[in-house]
Parts: sequence; structure tokens; C-alpha cells
Amino acid sequence: MKARHLAALALFSLLALVGCKGAEIVGGIAKDMGLNIGGVPVGGYAESAVKSGEAVARSMEDFTPEQEYYIGRAVTATLFGTYRPLNNQAAGEYVNTLGQSLALFSEQPLTYAGYHFQIVDSDEINAFAAPGGFILVTRGLVRCCPNETALAAVLAHEIAHVQNRDALRAIKKSRITEALGIIGGEAIKHAAGADLAQLTGIFADSVGDVMTNMVNNGYSRSYEYEADQGAVRILHRAGYDPAGLVVMLKAMQSRLVSGRGDFAKTHPAPADRIEELAGLDAGAMATEPAVRLARFRKAVGSL
Amino acid sequence: MALTAFAAQVMNVQVRDVQVRSTPSFLGKIVGTVSYGQSVTVTGAKGDWNQVAHAGGQGWIHASALTTADLDLSSGSGQAPTSVSGQEMALAGKGFNAQVEQKYRQTHGGDFASVDRMEKTTLQTGRLMSFLQEGGVKPQGGVQ
Repeated sequence: MKARHLAALALFSLLALVGCKGAEIVGGIAKDMGLNIGGVPVGGYAESAVKSGEAVARSMEDFTPEQEYYIGRAVTATLFGTYRPLNNQAAGEYVNTLGQSLALFSEQPLTYAGYHFQIVDSDEINAFAAPGGFILVTRGLVRCCPNETALAAVLAHEIAHVQNRDALRAIKKSRITEALGIIGGEAIKHAAGADLAQLTGIFADSVGDVMTNMVNNGYSRSYEYEADQGAVRILHRAGYDPAGLVVMLKAMQSRLVSGRGDFAKTHPAPADRIEELAGLDAGAMATEPAVRLARFRKAVGSL
Repeated sequence: MALTAFAAQVMNVQVRDVQVRSTPSFLGKIVGTVSYGQSVTVTGAKGDWNQVAHAGGQGWIHASALTTADLDLSSGSGQAPTSVSGQEMALAGKGFNAQVEQKYRQTHGGDFASVDRMEKTTLQTGRLMSFLQEGGVKPQGGVQ
């Protein structure tokens, strides 16, 4: 594990994608379901549905970018129910500009509708990366960052979650299989209204899966470590010192309170993440140029 | 799929709208726009950029905006049904789409107005590069 991470760090300028992950074999299930969905035989479309299922099973492309976008919109709309957008134009513009600048240097600079960043009005130390590129970061987390490079590290970590499609991985395979049954099913021809309702139900359940994982369970440790490595690559390419990630984690470590509903609940301990980032030393982070520090403080210093 | 030897290859746009540039760079002049699901012919590549020919002309598109997947079917390689109507195809092909979101909003609510506002903020590459430059941030290797 450690050797792999060290190698990744040594080569963090490489453009290699993290790669396909989480491919599941659902083709067989789709085949079973594709023949008879909700009591309606799908006839001539069965083969097409099966093909769709197998194609899905091969990669993380469980959903098209457009579907990923709509899931992301609904997840974000739901998050906004609890985490209200912060009404601070200067801070909002600053975070959005920083985030979009970083995304330009990510392995997936373009998503269906682009990356968008929003500070939310919460004292929690937390951030969320919804599918498609909707990234929310709490006021508490922004306040945790001592400088722009540390904030860049936070945003880069979230961008990495988006490009790794980590949120989508929470969606139960049965939902995908069920949706494919409808999408690929001939039944649409005869009962579009009923299928729309059913598809909307699956959509709601998928959004629920993402929310549960994002807010309550957190991702697996390996996804978090991969997002940290992705962040290091993004920071390096954009021209920020990747040691900013360790600076951020140390700042977090000193403020996180165990048992609270934030990063402490959904992320590995900062100390563990720092250990995985062996080779990066917070103390060795390049001194922030005065102009950069000044604009950081001006934009978010009063949050 | 790696594109090393060129044999021209047809690929589909997988983002809502992608700008076609005159050079393989986000700073290249915009010479066209291609929308989601439309196909382009890839005739070459340089770094993360693909040289393309499309209905409106030629230019460069960043590779992350293109896929070999057939987006009309929501999966990689299934054969598109040919006997359904356009509307049925939209539902069949898109799966979770604006129509589904509309129905979802009726039953689940959610602050979509804030999402819409959030989406409106997209900055031009030039502005982003200026932001980095003003902060003394020096990208490694330039904009891809």
C-alpha cells in the first residue's frame, strides 16, 4: 500500500487516470430481469436490455454524464435543505474562481455542465462533492484553512471525488438494474406515464443512496486516500504546493471534534491521511506569496 | 480507449456544450460549439486534446468531453432500437432527465433554485489563468 502511494506521489505529474473502478457484474442480473419486468415481457428489447446491462457492468459508466448531472442536481438541492448557501458574494466568487481554476488542471476538466463551487452556511468542518461537479464546502471548513493553498487542497480533494465518480458508487446496483429494465424495456411504448413514475422512484432512491453515503456513512478509506492523491496531482499541475494538503489536514486535526456530524464522522482521521501522504511535509510548504495571502484573507477572512 | 494511431474515429460529445478550439489548449480561440450526443470525427491527438471534424468545421476538443459510448442508449455498446418514436427514445435513452427531475421535484421538493444559481457561474479560461497569475501561482507545463 505504502509503496504504491509513494510511487504515486513521486509520479504525481503523470496524467494517468485513476482508472475504472468498482465495475460490477450486473449483466447476468439484467439478463434475468430484462426478460420480464413488472410482469411485462419486454420481447424484442430483451436482448438490447441485456446488452445495456453488460455494457454497464464493464465500467463505472453506470450512468451517462447527463444522468450523472441530474443525480448531482438533486443531491445538491437536497443538501441545500440542510446546508443553506452562504450569501456572501465576494467569498463565493473567490471560492468558485479558485475551484474552477483547479478543475482546469484535473484529469477531467470538463463535466456535463462544468464544476461549480458554493460555500454553505454551517460551522461544521465538511465538504461535499455531488455527481457531475457540484461542490459544497462549509464556512467551518473554509475557516479552518490558514491560506489559499490549504483551501485549494480542500477543493482539489473534492474535484478528485467528482472525477473518480465516488458519489455514484454508493448507488445500489439493483437500482441500476431496475432502471436499465425500464430504459431498455419495450414497455415504454405502451405505458410511458407509469414508467416515468417508476423511473422517478428509482431516481429518488438513487439520490437517497448517494445522500446516505455522503452525509452519514462516508466513503471507504481507500476512496479518500485516492482523492488525496488526486488532489496532490491537481495541486501540482495547477502550481500550488501539494504540501498544502498536509497543512490543511493538520489544521483540521486540531479542530475536529470526535462525534460531531462532520468530516470526523465520514473521513479517516487526518493523521492517517497524512501518513498516507508520506513524503509531503507541512513544514516544507512554500511560503505563500503576500499577494496571495492578502486576497485569501480579504475574500474569506471574515467568514 | 487510447488513441494512438489514426484511423479516424467517430466519438460522441458527453458534456452539454463543448467549445471547439483553434489550437489544443483551453486558451485557444473558440471556433465552434458541439452539443451533448452529437458526433465528431477524431482525426488526430495531442496530449489531452483531440483534433476533430464536426458538422460546423474543424478544431480541437479536450478528450474529457468525448466518449466512444453511445449516449443515446445510456450504455456502451448496445444496439439502438430503431422502431420507437423520438419521444420514446428520449425517455429510453436518457433515463434520468429533465422530465424525471420535474416529477421528482413535485414529490420530493429540494432547493433547485439555488442549484440553478450555482450553475450560472462559469468563468472563462482567461479569467482563471489571470487569477492564478495574480496570485503568483505558476502552472506546471501550462494549460493543457
